[in-house]
Amino acid sequence: MADQATFAEQAVPFMDSIYAAALRLTRNPSDAEDLVQETYLKAFRGFGGFEQGTNLRAWLYRILTNTFINTYRSKKRRPDETEFDEVEDLYLYRRLGGLEAATVGRSAEDELLDWFSEAEVKDALEALPEQFRMAVLLADVEGFSYKEIAEILDVPIGTVMSRLHRGRKAMQRELYEFAKERRLLPDDAVAPAGATPRQSAHAHKGERND
Amino acid sequence: MTDPCEEALHELYHFLDGELTESRRSLISMHLDGCTTCFGAFDFEAELRRVVAERCRESVPEHLRLRIAALIQHERYTVDGRASE
Repeated sequence: MADQATFAEQAVPFMDSIYAAALRLTRNPSDAEDLVQETYLKAFRGFGGFEQGTNLRAWLYRILTNTFINTYRSKKRRPDETEFDEVEDLYLYRRLGGLEAATVGRSAEDELLDWFSEAEVKDALEALPEQFRMAVLLADVEGFSYKEIAEILDVPIGTVMSRLHRGRKAMQRELYEFAKERRLLPDDAVAPAGATPRQSAHAHKGERND
Repeated sequence: MTDPCEEALHELYHFLDGELTESRRSLISMHLDGCTTCFGAFDFEAELRRVVAERCRESVPEHLRLRIAALIQHERYTVDGRASE
């Protein structure tokens, strides 16, 4: 049994990441605020049933995702849900990895930070259909284990793995489209990893030369 | 014989997710130490994940933090008040 008097002290430190998740789920700040508020009030009211010493963060995310599913999720299926399992493994790496390898003294992370703005990463994640978005968010942004995600979303671990697999690939495809739009890449360059020089990426950065 | 690169790539996400047994994990680590091709792919995926997590960080607006604190305070007060009546 958890004492309500200690709720704020224990749960408030997670509010930034709960808010970030709420934003990715609702895709709008005003709904995100309502969702966070509702999550915390429900958690406070139910805190007596929370078993002290178990995973409070996972418990809060379970309340968050349940509240989202019951209240905010869009009523109709998005049309793109069926069309997105066509992408091969290592989709982005096969297209960008070779470019990155040619730059000496830069880490893959530096390159990726250059390639994708904050808005683009958020858009790519938010473009995923809800089931996949929730799985990718919980794993890749929040760092939950498969087992924790299975408990949060109340689905079998196998379902978690398959949603993660498909969701990550779809997100990579989305990111690649952004890179192409920004002319960071030669058109449709499917580069065998390690084989493509990177100068075209530099030459096109920040300019539009048609 | 299975191709060790194919095997490593097959378990790439489980490796990065920390979901492999210790023995599978060390087998793949050993393979990555000696195979620059696979290391490149693993490194790219790991860094991409770091960038995604980094880019998705947010700070809760102060007015929301205050509002939630006040609502919880209010609920505690009214519940306590009712209990003591």
